Amino acid sequence: MVDKSIENFECGHRACGGCGAATAVRMILKGAGEDVIVVSPTGCLEVFTTPYPETAWKVPWIHSLFENAAAVASGIEASLKRQGRSEKVLVIGGDGATVDIGMLCLSGAFERNHDITYICYDNEAYMNTGIQRSGATPFDASTSTSPAGSCSMGNKHAKKDVPAILAAHGSPYVATASLSYPTDLMKKVETAVNTPGATYIQVHAPCCTGWGFEGDQTVAVGKLAIETGLWVNYEMINGVVKKAKKVKRKPVEEYLSVQKRFRHLFKPKRNEEEIAKIQAIADANAAKFGIDI
Amino acid sequence: MKEILEGSHAVAEAVRLCRPQVVSAYPITPQTHIVEALASMVADCKLDAEYICVESEFSALSACIGASTAGSRTYSATTAQGLALMFEVCFNAAGMRLPIVMTIANRAMSAPLSIWNDQQDSISLRDSGWIQLYAEDNQEALDLHLLAYRVCEDHDILLPAFVCFDGFILSHTYEPVDMPAQEEVDAYLPAFNPYQRLDAKDPISFGMYATPDYYMEFRYENQRAMLRAKEAIVKYGTLFKEQFGRDYSGLIEGYELEDAEIALVAMGSICGTVKDAIDEMRKDGIKVGLLKIRCFRPFPDEEIAAALAHVKTVAILDKNVSLGSKGAVGLEIKDVLYGSSIAVYDYILGLGGRDIRKKDIRAITKLAEQGSGDMFYGLREELL
Amino acid sequence: MPLNVGCTARPGRGRDNKTGSWRVFYPIFTEETCSGCEICILLCPEGCIEKQGEKKYVPDLDYCKGCGLCAEECPGDAITMEKEEK
Repeated sequence: MVDKSIENFECGHRACGGCGAATAVRMILKGAGEDVIVVSPTGCLEVFTTPYPETAWKVPWIHSLFENAAAVASGIEASLKRQGRSEKVLVIGGDGATVDIGMLCLSGAFERNHDITYICYDNEAYMNTGIQRSGATPFDASTSTSPAGSCSMGNKHAKKDVPAILAAHGSPYVATASLSYPTDLMKKVETAVNTPGATYIQVHAPCCTGWGFEGDQTVAVGKLAIETGLWVNYEMINGVVKKAKKVKRKPVEEYLSVQKRFRHLFKPKRNEEEIAKIQAIADANAAKFGIDI
Repeated sequence: MKEILEGSHAVAEAVRLCRPQVVSAYPITPQTHIVEALASMVADCKLDAEYICVESEFSALSACIGASTAGSRTYSATTAQGLALMFEVCFNAAGMRLPIVMTIANRAMSAPLSIWNDQQDSISLRDSGWIQLYAEDNQEALDLHLLAYRVCEDHDILLPAFVCFDGFILSHTYEPVDMPAQEEVDAYLPAFNPYQRLDAKDPISFGMYATPDYYMEFRYENQRAMLRAKEAIVKYGTLFKEQFGRDYSGLIEGYELEDAEIALVAMGSICGTVKDAIDEMRKDGIKVGLLKIRCFRPFPDEEIAAALAHVKTVAILDKNVSLGSKGAVGLEIKDVLYGSSIAVYDYILGLGGRDIRKKDIRAITKLAEQGSGDMFYGLREELL
Repeated sequence: MPLNVGCTARPGRGRDNKTGSWRVFYPIFTEETCSGCEICILLCPEGCIEKQGEKKYVPDLDYCKGCGLCAEECPGDAITMEKEEK
């Protein structure tokens, strides 16, 4: 049972007003329980929570480097095992640190099946350094290193499918979640933390500053991502997809048109070809996960 | 107990006696025999530790950071390319004040690729905040691990340490060593008592970021801890002597130095060759002595200045080169002797495993006497 | 005050930073239309909404950044955002 009264994240942190990551992390900590040690890589979360001597963390927490959170977590888990301690080891890190520079350590930790839970808050770019493209940036999104311009439509590459990669490593529990569905997110965190072995959750965390929408729309934008099929909430138990969230699908442009990072698809004029490509991605997701009601 | 052991196995046994709780291992020549020996010990229940086969050296030291902050004594070993891959992790561990001990089986840096010995690897990390100890022989190599843990885990120190021993020359050479018993080591090195740790009962945030208002003072604190480490090494080195009979209270050691007119300065296994060469040269009436540096970081500046004050000429044997400048040890010795009238010469030698023989030491001594110095020694002219 | 070894800190000082000063808008909670669902508490990125009684939810204005998520997501439209008087 998730204890929603747990509050292990302090006020006074320096996240943007309406920050999806902050919202998600509060929910994650409720799902994880009190007996937890958190590891964070460098990124928005680490920076807005720990400018010395102020810390927003009321649980034990460590930041080492940008790419080694999973390796640090492996070392902590080994040490706790040796000491016979019960704390759960939880990594909470951004997509840049996870899907790109952190892949080496992530793969190693999952291949060795350390008893850790790795949660990636996915705001789909290197937000802390000013909105640069990461392996999790969706197709055609404009970022500062994949900007839309007169001869570019933004990010040329598909989103890296890290849940599938980690399921292929033999992870017993891999899931995707969204801050827009908090009960589902907290339940998945609770499941992941209590499943022995290396477990993974990728949490969609819309970023008002980076995606270009008002801070009060964070939850609404997250809902649209799911309702258009561009983000699918699902669980994989021992590599098999179970329980993908079903939706009555909306056309992708309802999601794209409310974010500045996709504005180039609509202004100065609608780019039907590119919108169709993105619709195809959503359609493929729908077919793959069977989300259409 | 006296045994004849390969250097790596002597080190592995010393590490076993130190009772690490978490060992992270990644293979790289010439340290691999250490981690293999430790794996065997774990497999045979002779070492009660978590042994993590990590996916790279970068992860090896990162796992040590995790284990150390969670409250375990931890260990890893590496060399050259592996150490270079750990570059940022080394700075991170020292900045976080974690008492990690890591063996460096000194090896040359690629490119060109070389698995043979020189000291470029650990010397290139001299700015990182790690204590650096250099072993002359396998006995020192094993003893220095006990000393390192004792010094590092002192709550006034809390710094990580490299124990350096020359790859192949020591790591793969069989020498007689006196291996202490477990009870003796337990009496010298108590159980790990972390200064602070990750603990749900007393939560702390580790690895916060420091703005310009704080960063300098943190670095200064690291510097102060390094300087306190000098006294700690003397203190625990003296304790080592009382316990085991071998004296590690000196950051440096002199051999035939008291009345020397020429001093050779060196670190590591080369000191053994130098001592033999000195014995020969002394028979020929040359008043030459050795200043052996055992502790390179913190740099024993005052001790070196005092030990060399009376000599006329100093010849530094550098198994490394700061390309575009000179040998690292040479530059630091020159800094110490600045203002004196001592003639100081730096000789780059032995890079990439180039053999150094007694006659090379004699030749260098002669070059220094003749005032010919600051050079690469022993180059094959026909290749140039 | 001397530095903590290794750049560490225990919890507590985070609250020294009163982010309420960032605010342009602030939330007003209406008890009458509140259903007590507590979605506002769950969604607030600051975690600064406190339950002070039956259907009485109060934002801590020392920390509220005025993002408006609570107002936007309240199912009962029990929260409105007002501009701060400067």
